[in-house]
Amino acid sequence: MIADIIISGLINGSVYALLAIGFSLIFGAARIVNLAHTAFYMLASYCIYYATHRLGVHPIPAMLVAIVLVTLIGLICYKLFIDPIREHEAAVLIATIALAMAMQEIMLLIFTGDYLSVPALVRGYLKIFGVKIAYQQLLTFGVALLILAGVWALLKKTRVGLAIRSTAQDREVANLMGMNESRVAMMTMGVSVGLAAFAGAVVVPLKVVDPHMWMYPLIMMMAVVVLGGLGSLKGSFAGAYILGFAESLVVFLIPLGAFLKGSVALSIMIIVLLIRPEGLFGIAFEEER
Amino acid sequence: MGMLGFYLRKLITIFKGEVLVLPSRIVVFLFFLVLLLLPVVSQDPYLLRILILASIFAILAASWDLLSGFTGQMNFGHALFFGVGAYSSALLNLHVHIPPWGSIPLGALAAVLAGLIIGIPCLRLRGTYLALTTLAFPIILMGIVFAIPGITGGELGVSGLSRLSSSRLYDYYITVVLMLGLCTIMWKITDSNTGIIFHAIREDELAVRTSGINVTRYKLLAFSLSGFFAGISGGLYAHFMRIAGPSTLEVSMSFTVVIWAVFGGIVTIYGPVGAVFILFPLLEFFRFWPEFRMLMFAVVILLILLYMPNGILPWVRDKIEKECPRCKIRNVATRKTCRVCTASLD
Repeated sequence: MIADIIISGLINGSVYALLAIGFSLIFGAARIVNLAHTAFYMLASYCIYYATHRLGVHPIPAMLVAIVLVTLIGLICYKLFIDPIREHEAAVLIATIALAMAMQEIMLLIFTGDYLSVPALVRGYLKIFGVKIAYQQLLTFGVALLILAGVWALLKKTRVGLAIRSTAQDREVANLMGMNESRVAMMTMGVSVGLAAFAGAVVVPLKVVDPHMWMYPLIMMMAVVVLGGLGSLKGSFAGAYILGFAESLVVFLIPLGAFLKGSVALSIMIIVLLIRPEGLFGIAFEEER
Repeated sequence: MGMLGFYLRKLITIFKGEVLVLPSRIVVFLFFLVLLLLPVVSQDPYLLRILILASIFAILAASWDLLSGFTGQMNFGHALFFGVGAYSSALLNLHVHIPPWGSIPLGALAAVLAGLIIGIPCLRLRGTYLALTTLAFPIILMGIVFAIPGITGGELGVSGLSRLSSSRLYDYYITVVLMLGLCTIMWKITDSNTGIIFHAIREDELAVRTSGINVTRYKLLAFSLSGFFAGISGGLYAHFMRIAGPSTLEVSMSFTVVIWAVFGGIVTIYGPVGAVFILFPLLEFFRFWPEFRMLMFAVVILLILLYMPNGILPWVRDKIEKECPRCKIRNVATRKTCRVCTASLD
């Protein structure tokens, strides 16, 4: 029981962290609230399903291809639909919702609404204190941590990361310092969609693939981002694990918990916001005018 | 008789001088006329049903605009008000046996209460934080609805409510007249001093506070007003469909409201109403290809936004009307000089 809670909390937390960091990056660097973020996660899962089941490709190359392909699709969607209306905040919100809906409908047309699944990469399980832990779960958790470390290194150690962080702090000044603001936005979009695709790729063997699978993670991801403070990577990380554990505690401990898991996680978010309106690690910015 | 003739002539003069001079006003007048006289031409129950639902959702979309468009408090959980209105009028009707004319306003009051409850924590948040927080409330309520199926009926919802009225035609007139009335009231509110303060809060909250206006009170007022109108539309929906289910609280419901409002053009009131009357029948039209229906809907929205990011109705209005540079009065685009101050329009 306790081991179950810990394992599912860690895995949910890592997936939310991957999603939330991508979402928070593109919000920070380009002020785009990309509600289609988790739709890319769904798209990656479907790509992997298609490659492994219909084409018979080995799962690992399938995952790599899926990540590259989804990142490309994300960039094309950005160029076509989001970039031209970036200045109109409300229009961007609607455009991204419409984009997500369009993707959901296309997947529904191609694959129908059936629940699909992808086999685990590695079979077998480990026994710790008499509790079975599948290798796949450990692998998912490990890879997610590796990617998070990679993103951290990209942001803190490279020139691209510096550009992204400085654009997030102040777009105009970053532009004056010679950073091509629209190219930085494009790059950030690539990284962000890539992260979403990666989250989809690592978690697909543990989840059921269906066209509506983007809705619930979207809500949790936004809760994580708000809880941790918009634009704060540390915050997204902490928030993701807090909500991931809260969710698995509710599912395992409360009867009818599966219905209440979202409610409890979101209530935690609201309580935190009541005490700290800028989130756990967010900085209270001066009002942007 | 002489008095009557005098007022009639006065009415015609006002009509000529104020309504017929601007194409947008003619369109609004025709909209009223067509909606009110439609049953004379056709009483097809399917057509009436579409228009009834469109009217209900028009109230909802306009109430979103009142809160989020005018006050700038991005509310992504508008389904909360709709759901609270629907569920409370359903439960009042079913258990306390209050007829629809009583249960709908009471449901709307419950939605006002919900507006105040979520408005108070939201006062400290702004922008994206607010949008993402408000998204959470209907989901929390939905979890509660599923967790206590004894009262709320769980996934099946509360069904078996009494009808709105005895026939489809009366239903039509009740909803359409209510819609036209409530939307006019909302439009009047946004035109009044209160509306100007709402506008100002969106533009610059700090400046409003410096001018000695109690921003908190006005924000809460916006939340409760919007909740009231959305609650009425929720109650109407529950009584028309005779069921209040969890679908009224879904995330997609909140998103659809935002889609309607932004598609029609925010900060206008007439925009969201027009958008619902364009998009809702369009969605019904697409039912000939059921599997492509939502896809077409999404694609239409994407394409329209690409070319008209401010919404479709303000775009059309700017094409057919010009604003006089001197006295700020609107004129038909074909005129060379302003109809009031005769300044050149170009």
